[in-house]
Amino acid sequence: MKKSRKVIASVLLALLILALFMFLDANKARYGMAYTVLQKGIIMAVVAVSMNLVTGFTGLFSLGQAGFMAIGAYVTAIFMIPAEHIQDVYYISGISPAILEFKLWLESLPSWVQAISPYFTLLLGGLVAALCAALIGIPVLRLKSDYLAIATLGFSEIVRAIISSPQMDTITNGSYGLKKIPGFSSMVQTGIIAAVCIAFMVLLLQSTYGRAFKAIREDETAAEAMGINLFKHKQLSFIIGSFFSAVAGGMLAMFMRSIDSKTFSITLTYDILLIVVIGGIGSATGSIISAILVTLSKEWWLRFFDNPLSIGGFKVPLFRTGFRMVIFSIILLVVVLFYQRGIMGKNEFSWERVGNRMKGLKDMIGSKKGGAKDV
Amino acid sequence: MSLTTFLQHSLTGISLGGSYALIAIGYTMVYGILRLINFAHGDIFMMAGYFMIFAMASLPWAISIPLVIILTVILGVSIERIAYKPLRTAPRMSIMISAIGVSYLLQNLATYLFTALPRAYPEIPFLKKIFRIGDLSASLVTLITPILTIILVFCLLFLINKTKSGMAMRAVSKDFETAQLMGIKLNNTISYTFLIGSFLAAVGSILYFTDRMSVTPFSGTLPGLKCFVAAVLGGIGSIPGAVVGGFLIGICETFLVAFGYSTFSDAFTFILLIVILLFRPTGLFGEKIIDKV
Amino acid sequence: MSNLVLRIEDITMQFGGVIAVDNLSLEINKNEIVSLIGPNGAGKTTAFNVVTGVYAPTNGAVYFKDKVITSNFPKGQMKKLYAGANKDKYTSTVKNTPDMITKLGMARTFQNIRLFKELTAFENVLIAKHMRAKANFLSASLRINHKEEKAMHEDTLKLLDILGLTDVKDEVAHSLPYGQQRHLEIARALATSPELLLLDEPAAGMNPQETDELAAFIYDLRKKFDLTIFVIEHHMDLVMDISDRIYVLDFGKLIATGTPQEIQNNQRVIDAYLGVPEDGE
Repeated sequence: MKKSRKVIASVLLALLILALFMFLDANKARYGMAYTVLQKGIIMAVVAVSMNLVTGFTGLFSLGQAGFMAIGAYVTAIFMIPAEHIQDVYYISGISPAILEFKLWLESLPSWVQAISPYFTLLLGGLVAALCAALIGIPVLRLKSDYLAIATLGFSEIVRAIISSPQMDTITNGSYGLKKIPGFSSMVQTGIIAAVCIAFMVLLLQSTYGRAFKAIREDETAAEAMGINLFKHKQLSFIIGSFFSAVAGGMLAMFMRSIDSKTFSITLTYDILLIVVIGGIGSATGSIISAILVTLSKEWWLRFFDNPLSIGGFKVPLFRTGFRMVIFSIILLVVVLFYQRGIMGKNEFSWERVGNRMKGLKDMIGSKKGGAKDV
Repeated sequence: MSLTTFLQHSLTGISLGGSYALIAIGYTMVYGILRLINFAHGDIFMMAGYFMIFAMASLPWAISIPLVIILTVILGVSIERIAYKPLRTAPRMSIMISAIGVSYLLQNLATYLFTALPRAYPEIPFLKKIFRIGDLSASLVTLITPILTIILVFCLLFLINKTKSGMAMRAVSKDFETAQLMGIKLNNTISYTFLIGSFLAAVGSILYFTDRMSVTPFSGTLPGLKCFVAAVLGGIGSIPGAVVGGFLIGICETFLVAFGYSTFSDAFTFILLIVILLFRPTGLFGEKIIDKV
Repeated sequence: MSNLVLRIEDITMQFGGVIAVDNLSLEINKNEIVSLIGPNGAGKTTAFNVVTGVYAPTNGAVYFKDKVITSNFPKGQMKKLYAGANKDKYTSTVKNTPDMITKLGMARTFQNIRLFKELTAFENVLIAKHMRAKANFLSASLRINHKEEKAMHEDTLKLLDILGLTDVKDEVAHSLPYGQQRHLEIARALATSPELLLLDEPAAGMNPQETDELAAFIYDLRKKFDLTIFVIEHHMDLVMDISDRIYVLDFGKLIATGTPQEIQNNQRVIDAYLGVPEDGE
């Protein structure tokens, strides 16, 4: 396919998605379920791509996503809860005076500052997480794959313990969690933030740095012999992955409106891993497709598994609370055991591929017709 | 802290450490042979807890205990057969993801079958008997745990060092392929390893939950991770190492809770892990491995 | 600046009680092709790994263009175990990681081919260009470096052309035939713009015809890229054909050095390869 046609196709696709989002924004009341679930799917897509960046492209099996998301979510929540609600939220131990003062000062600024402050807050959450990743990366990135997995998992638990500890009450509200977090103004806003994040990661992966990451995944010794500094590049991948996980964490806080430390348990990391594995380890587009599909089915389409169901008086067995998650665990295992490539394998979406598929389909129909003629 | 409270906490710590040691052995043995962190091990331990609840609902403890052990062993060995065996030649990451998948499945299955609410763990009367030495008082399980742990470890060491299947296990852990060429049945040896690991997890589970009194679908996650850290601390692949690591972590945790840092007791384990990996990645008793280029 | 490209000085590599390389010294001048030969297990690849920074030697030093790149002396446990020569000669530790050494201008291939298996031939070579790229991750992601990127692509295509791999540039590396994989590894090493090229058994697994072609090819490379080449090889025909000078290792020790003719007539070398008749005992 020609380059110009590819550009046109991409622009059309983007416009189509934008139109869908705008439509949903306009008819929020009618499509409430689709609206909420799709929004969550978009956020999960950002985390899934960030996890794939680290795990699928650089070959670092990191299980610290939930921890970084927690950092992003808490930073976002702490800075975004309006000063008027502070008393309601921090009703146990009160808020640290410094934060309150900062909030009041922020709210006294002109309205255009208010308008862009959510973006800065997300960015700030990302930066804090990136800093943590840089520090934690120094010891853990020297470890071999499985030790790295357990160490990052441990880090994620440490973050959770610190957040929920009574010593942090005046900042994180300890184990009571935070609520009354302002949400997104529209679906379009969510979509644009996510698109910018994902676009940056995809561009990075296609750049010379992305190729260096893949080299490390394929063969560390050879990569090093080609002049690629292992530690520096692993660190870079880990920091960027954590940055975007934290941004997604902040988005999740805005989406959920209330968070507590339990939201960011190991299970959340496993949920993201499920998405990455199903989408294809090493495919960014696979992660995006899978994030949307998995979230939609989990939160909406397959909800019926959790409700008792009777067809014509016959009560279908097994259907009750929790069955849905059992199904998802089995899907994960089946994919790992029998279909390791997932949806996309290591390939990315491209118009050529779509074109080839179409052509293949046409040929198939054509040959069938031809075959019929011969007889 | 008075001497009595100190001793009291030490006793609790040693007892907790005993259960940890039993679970840690399962991690260290599987890692020694398959180079796999068996993420599902903690959940096998949790499932053993549920088995006990249901067994004790209608059976006396003397029958329940062996029954629970047998069920747990069957669970552990079948997990290996179904989820790990097909991936022998797959990349390391796939088999790890498979292990996580099993852990995820067991947790969700437990939530589905038994709900997420805590279930009361049955009391085994003779384990709960209170005894006193001077000012110290504890239930019998606190005393039995470390003793039983030590006895089991000695049996295990005998099994591994003196019997034929033990030799097979040691051979497989040194070199997969050569061991196979020497006529060792790889799959049987691996199943045998999972059998021992699950057996110890079942015993550990009975001792651990008797002290804690309730089980939830997520009760296995944290103890599981801590016991893996214990295995790393002792030097992964080394059974005495896992035991020492288990006791150390159990004691440290108990004292942290006693000093009022209970929220940090979990975090402490992981900080410990990162520190060990940083300064002595082979643990206290581990061997060094050189990569060949 | 002297004509010396590589100087290995008193290198001893000891693993526990086993001495893999014993007090090895050698020198390579600019534009020379030098071979290191010896029976299996003589310590050739270990010597390569010391030069390229994969292993730190137990004792001794390596200089690249008069600059010390590696230097070490027995430490810790090794202090007691060390059984090699020149025990107290070296007092400083210099450790460059393999990537730093490659950056200085030394590139290598591997005995058991280590390509980036799942990537295409083109990507394999392009990755080796990364090290010389000036862009940071931001400018690379935002495509501010597109000129540099374009130059990298063009250079890669040129290299693939020289090595006769243009036709297979979009094929995945592990699907290529063995000979082409060897060529691709050389292309990848050349992409790092080296002055010294280290080839670890480039003829392993090749048939006689391919080996003959390889000899001409290595000669060609030296001219085209103004290279100095250091080869480990088993294949005597190839070694005698291409080498300006040869070093012979046996049980980690240097037993002979000289031109191909000298080596061919050296009794110790013949003994090492054919075995000494054990008379008397």
